[in-house]
Amino acid sequence: MMSLKSRHRRDKLMVAAMVVAVAVAIVPLGFILADVIAKGIGQLSADFLTKPEPYVVTAPGGGFGAGVRGTIKMVALGTVIAVPIGVLAAIYLSEYQAKGPLATSVRFFADVMTGIPSIFVGIFVFTVVVLETHSFSTWAGGVALGILMLPVIVRTSEEALRLVPDTLREASLALGIRRWRTIVSTVLPTALAGITTGILLAVARAAGETAPLLLTAFGNQLIVPFGKWSGPEESLTLEIFTNSRSPFPSQQARAWTGALVLIAGVVVLSLIARAVVSRRAKLPR
Amino acid sequence: MTALSAGRLAGRRRRRPADAVFKFAAAACASIVLILLAGMLLRTTWAAWPAFRQSGLSLVTSNDWNPNLSKFGGLSFIYGTLVTSLIGLVLAVPVSVLIALFVSEVAPPRVGVPLGYVVDLLAAVPSVIYGLWGVFVLVPFLTNYVWQPLSRNLAFIPLFSNFASGRDFATAGVILALMITPIIAAVSREVFRTVPEDERESALALGATRWEMIRLAVLPRSRQGVIAAVMLGFGRAVGETIAVAYLIGGIANQITPHLFQQGSTIAATIALQFNEAASVPLFKSALIALGVILFAVTLVINVGARLIIRRGGRSA
Repeated sequence: MMSLKSRHRRDKLMVAAMVVAVAVAIVPLGFILADVIAKGIGQLSADFLTKPEPYVVTAPGGGFGAGVRGTIKMVALGTVIAVPIGVLAAIYLSEYQAKGPLATSVRFFADVMTGIPSIFVGIFVFTVVVLETHSFSTWAGGVALGILMLPVIVRTSEEALRLVPDTLREASLALGIRRWRTIVSTVLPTALAGITTGILLAVARAAGETAPLLLTAFGNQLIVPFGKWSGPEESLTLEIFTNSRSPFPSQQARAWTGALVLIAGVVVLSLIARAVVSRRAKLPR
Repeated sequence: MTALSAGRLAGRRRRRPADAVFKFAAAACASIVLILLAGMLLRTTWAAWPAFRQSGLSLVTSNDWNPNLSKFGGLSFIYGTLVTSLIGLVLAVPVSVLIALFVSEVAPPRVGVPLGYVVDLLAAVPSVIYGLWGVFVLVPFLTNYVWQPLSRNLAFIPLFSNFASGRDFATAGVILALMITPIIAAVSREVFRTVPEDERESALALGATRWEMIRLAVLPRSRQGVIAAVMLGFGRAVGETIAVAYLIGGIANQITPHLFQQGSTIAATIALQFNEAASVPLFKSALIALGVILFAVTLVINVGARLIIRRGGRSA
């Protein structure tokens, strides 16, 4: 049996190890954020968000306007695809036969799907969209992002719907209101904050994807108009990837600024998502 | 009166299809998840078929990747994937579990909850930014202060000898460790949370210190859940593409015990070579075949981990 003193010493040692572990994770995060801000803020301007890369890519100036547009278009398409399907699927999981075989397996495989490598989703969309239409395109990129967003939206929306108290459903049904009307006008609005959080997290995840877009949108330094959805499309992430692999300082500088824009967007989305949740948590039950 | 209510009932019956239609739409959307997964497996396997037929097992057993000569032996990529993921796990597992213990067992909620958010932020950082930061900041740092000193002083251990450039298995493993820490920490945290409060209190009432309480009450009940968390982290590491593509060098046919040498992984190879392959049918098919193998492996890992988690959740 250890002495009390050595037991306390071991306790302190282990807690110290935990604190060190926390630091080991947080310090690199701090450095990543600090480096991206320090190296990226110099070239940040309105032009950076709207102008394409210069015709001679090694020249300084210009921006990732093509990528910003492409990312917005493709994330929007992904959202339009994934939100209705995901929320309806979540409604099935929480409102109908939550313990049935379909709901159980969908819940399980949606969880599994969140762990599927995003590049594989890129390969899949390459085979079903790019090979069939004989072209990389904005469509293909958006579909890939939609598939990646779907399981996130299904699971977070289901969690949100489950938090809606049964008394609300019963009250509505007791008034003679149909099941589907009850869901649409009582359950969904109550769960809206949680569903919004899930959508924002999925959007943030999609905006940061690179690998699947490499195989579907391909990249395109020229600005593709908002109305054009066929043909290769640029994304902010693809532009960071290609520019940072160049040996020229001007391109590397643009890559850092692109990283700053991307990380700002993603972090802001994540923080808003958290804020939506915590505000709901504070409401009286 | 009866006529009126009969009329109302009839009206109701007429509207009833709306309920059935809505339920059907919801069920259809739920099924899409299953159809998608099955469709992904079938469609990509079909696209990979020419390569499977041409190369057969040598796709995973041969270490000769030479697309110009139609040689598609992907063993070195499997090796690279395993080595980098294992380095990632070795570094990330102790750190993540300690973080999870600190957040759920030691820190007061006032500190622990925001800390959990901050660690989760690591997961929100896009992988392209890990790659960018890795190349320009982490590689020079590790090269100067860690890898070269290690390589100089421990050269008698093959793992550490023959330093090449700083873009290697070891650096890719470090970045993977950073990227999988949040998922292992988050899942472990949830697992620790399911340990009944009574058991902690019993341990404390018997005079256990905090660490003894963790060892006696928390860890034994959480072993399976933590294993599942580690498996999920492993699945992420295996499938991570862009950050690794930046940091591993992208060199085929490298099976070496030297961690400071360049190599490649399955996912990184797909990302780095897909451009060239798009116009060569067999090459393209071979890369898709590598993708199918990657998918199958991560599917098995994820299904296993989720089964463990589900079983744990049911018994708790």
